[in-house]
Amino acid sequence: MSNLLVFPILIPLCTAVLLIILKEKVLLQRIISTVSALFNIAVAIVLVSRVHADGIQTLHMGGWAPPYGIVFVGDMFAALLVLTAAVTSFGILLYSFGRIETEREKAYYYVLFHFLLVGVYGSFLTGDIFNLFVFFEVLLISSYALISLGGTRLQLRESLKYLLINIVSSTLFVAAVAYLYAATGTLNMAHLSQRVAEAGQGGVLGVIAVLFLIVFSLKAGLFLFFWLPGSYSAPPSAVRSLFGALLTKVGLYAVLRTFTLIFIQDPGVTHMWIAWMAAAAMILGGLGAVAYNDIPRILNYNVIISVGFVAFGLAAANGDALNGAVFYLLHDMLSKGLLFILGGMMITIGGTGRLKDMGGLIKRYPLIGWMFFVLALAIVGIPPFSGFAGKVLLIRGGLDAGMLTLSLIGLGSSFLVLYSLIKIFRLAFWGDEPEGERSRVNLKGAAAISAALLVLVIVMGTQAEWVYSYVSKAGDVLIHPELYIEAVMKE
Amino acid sequence: MEWMMAVAIGILFMIGVYLILSKSLLRIILGTSLLTHGVHLLLMTMAGLKTGAAPVLGDKAESYVDPLPQALILTSIVISFGVTAFFLVLAYRAHQTLGTDDMDSIKGDES
Repeated sequence: MSNLLVFPILIPLCTAVLLIILKEKVLLQRIISTVSALFNIAVAIVLVSRVHADGIQTLHMGGWAPPYGIVFVGDMFAALLVLTAAVTSFGILLYSFGRIETEREKAYYYVLFHFLLVGVYGSFLTGDIFNLFVFFEVLLISSYALISLGGTRLQLRESLKYLLINIVSSTLFVAAVAYLYAATGTLNMAHLSQRVAEAGQGGVLGVIAVLFLIVFSLKAGLFLFFWLPGSYSAPPSAVRSLFGALLTKVGLYAVLRTFTLIFIQDPGVTHMWIAWMAAAAMILGGLGAVAYNDIPRILNYNVIISVGFVAFGLAAANGDALNGAVFYLLHDMLSKGLLFILGGMMITIGGTGRLKDMGGLIKRYPLIGWMFFVLALAIVGIPPFSGFAGKVLLIRGGLDAGMLTLSLIGLGSSFLVLYSLIKIFRLAFWGDEPEGERSRVNLKGAAAISAALLVLVIVMGTQAEWVYSYVSKAGDVLIHPELYIEAVMKE
Repeated sequence: MEWMMAVAIGILFMIGVYLILSKSLLRIILGTSLLTHGVHLLLMTMAGLKTGAAPVLGDKAESYVDPLPQALILTSIVISFGVTAFFLVLAYRAHQTLGTDDMDSIKGDES
């Protein structure tokens, strides 16, 4: 039992409630948000070190021992994701200070930001599948509001579609939970794993597994991503980077968790589906990234590629592949947050997101240009940056599992990523600047934040050995679900 | 009893899906609402239907109704209530700004 697990949920929740009262005082809102985000990082660091030292932490709500009651579980996987999400969201919070208009700030922007974090951290830490649904809804409702906040025509149009697709997928989620409850009589994830193992995963449970896969894939943008590029382009760049860094990752976490813990008895069916969906996500995402010529769309399709790449690790499902999936997921949260921040800065200084109207930015903003270049290399997976270690592990695991085609698709998608990002770099930073007077924007603060995040990306790559000592612990839980079950069910 | 519920759920799903596929935004919202109601009934039916016992789990109770689905349905109803309210407000605002509630004329690429 450890009360530490509620703090990542409680801190943003209390902050959000407090900020509702301070609607008009923007400066105070910013200060409180910063302090709260710093607290969250500190708590997450303590949580990671506690899990590292003492093993998996559990918390039984109201003292009801599992399988009754709601349980919160902090294994290394969840703890690392909470830490990375806390760091990334802190960077995005600082970035949004200058970039979000005061009107939006007064319209509860920070409140929604913190409620979204409640949902994200809660989804990572909960050990109960219905509770996972509830935290999903918390983050989705915040994201509905964030995506439509401002009320421009584009935002309204896209948020309607986003809302509809998520309502339908949430409905399917509840239906899947209902069927699962009927089949197993429990909702606790560790207990579910035991029950599914007892019953065997043929017939009905296989159908339920596929239903869960469809639901989570819709939320993660794994193959069923048709809604993603449009709706993620609509909101301002700070919100976009928050979505790109966190939202799809939560869905991906749910896929990883359910298909390494609960539905593991029949990998021939479910993991084959995941493999096909991963391949489709990588190929179609890559084609989208190459096809479009405006920055938000290219970046959104890059999100889809990386989702497919992590799912490929799950499909291979051996030690290396799952370690690689965790490593790549952490790297991807950090670097996608940073990528969207840099993309947002480029749109601000270029005055447009369309690449053909940009050019020559490197003369005026060399720092941003080179940061973007280094980050592109990191995302593609050039050593010594952070993408490399994850990709090597994933490809090695994939080859070990005999998935040659998928590994080649993974490597091929890296080329598409490289091509699409270098296209942005080439068209936006090189060449001649288009005619017309540009207003000079002060981006010192945003550049400093990006630099700090970029340093983290580089450190994660150069100190990969040290990061791996944590990541491999997270991978252990995914490979040996009995560790998770024991930790939850022991009392 | 279960088969009646199954039929009811099927009809709710059918009407819900039909409405979601229509063009008018308001019909779509009603469709999502019916769909979630169908799911709530599904949740209740899946947990097993019983009559004549209270949902109390005590050591000496001879018969009781599983209290868990009631808690789940309550949570789910509250969530769908909130989301539907948000959807309605958003649709109203979209109707004001975009001047239409026809999904066909809402789509497009330009801002």
